[in-house]
Amino acid sequence: MIPFRVDPTDSEPLFQQIVNTVKRGVAVGRLKPGERLPSVRELARELVINPNTIARAYQVLEADGVTLSRRGAGTFVAERRVVVKSDERRRRFKAALEGVLADAVHLGLTAEEVKKAFAAALKRFRFEEGSHE
Amino acid sequence: MSESPVVFDRVTHYYGSERALDTVSFRVEPGTIFALLGRNGAGKTTALKCLLGFLPPTRGSARLLGHDATELPPDLRNRVGYVAEGQQLVGWMKVRQLVAFQKASFASFDAELCAVYLKQLGLPLKRRVFQLSRGMRAQLALALALAQRPELVILDDPAMGLDAVVRREFLEVMIDLIQEEGRTLLFTSHILSDVERVADRVAILDRGVLRVNAPLDTVKERVGRYRALFDGDAPAAPELPGLVRARRRRNELVLTVIDGGGAVPEACTKLGATSVEREPMSLEDLFVDYTSGGES
Repeated sequence: MIPFRVDPTDSEPLFQQIVNTVKRGVAVGRLKPGERLPSVRELARELVINPNTIARAYQVLEADGVTLSRRGAGTFVAERRVVVKSDERRRRFKAALEGVLADAVHLGLTAEEVKKAFAAALKRFRFEEGSHE
Repeated sequence: MSESPVVFDRVTHYYGSERALDTVSFRVEPGTIFALLGRNGAGKTTALKCLLGFLPPTRGSARLLGHDATELPPDLRNRVGYVAEGQQLVGWMKVRQLVAFQKASFASFDAELCAVYLKQLGLPLKRRVFQLSRGMRAQLALALALAQRPELVILDDPAMGLDAVVRREFLEVMIDLIQEEGRTLLFTSHILSDVERVADRVAILDRGVLRVNAPLDTVKERVGRYRALFDGDAPAAPELPGLVRARRRRNELVLTVIDGGGAVPEACTKLGATSVEREPMSLEDLFVDYTSGGES
């Protein structure tokens, strides 16, 4: 299980913060396929946020193929499967990367520092073996 | 098709010649939490009073659980739990007596549920009301209102004067309430981080006018703040649809825009901006921009 935390003063909507937390948890391997996520009710109580917000986050996660819900049993981390087409996948990643790099430039980092940080981060995340092509 | 529990249809209210509400329309859907925001004097309490039939609208109509607010049937008060701003409770009564009094007054009052709430909140039954702290009195008022098992709960600034711990307990109660099917909650507040946690939908009242009425999730996406930089002094703000607020400071022009973000960079570039960037905004930023209004 991962710690869920939300920051209501952040400019990111709360449901998006939850989506990001789960995606990250799966990506670094702290949430394993088949693991059950807390129910909407439990998480609403724990985080003290509106259950509809959590339900929305869970809908997004399911639509993105990160989780599966089994009727009556709850929401589970899905086996990794790719629901996004290959060119769309590249487009999304490129957009995200440009955002990160723009931040790095404005924070005054050098290209070398960015490369090092990137290499370190790569080790922490669990990537797909082989290729989708 | 049942009607929304709360419907405001172009409600205008004047105190003498002063307009407190100006054609305010919104509705609260069943099973949701609706937050009505605004600065002091923006008209929040007036709106709730119109809804509860305490004040007749000068024009327009407010409807509460399917009834016109000016003609509410007497038994409707069993179905609505209302806690006024800084609610006055009978001070000399012991908590236990006040509970008995409430039970006698409301047919739907559930004494067992009330006991559960009082225990949960740690409220002493033997203490007299005037001996309780402000936070305890607020919790007591809420417990009494909720023990009626109302379909609709209306809270006027429940957070006023409460510390962070008590406020959090309030939020927990609110969340439990809508987890039970069908409960609907309308509350006013100016503690925006609380609102962000619990509200499904937010509306902002600004000097009697409803400026925003949107799901909380989308409001942050729809409203954007842009910072344009110029060589030399910034020009006056361009005419833009959806412009909420414009601020000028030396070579900077900061524009807050709803639903019109796409046009901002182009408009600013036309005026000679050297860079235009969108900035993240919290609900609090958004609230401030909406309610301070105009160009400065």
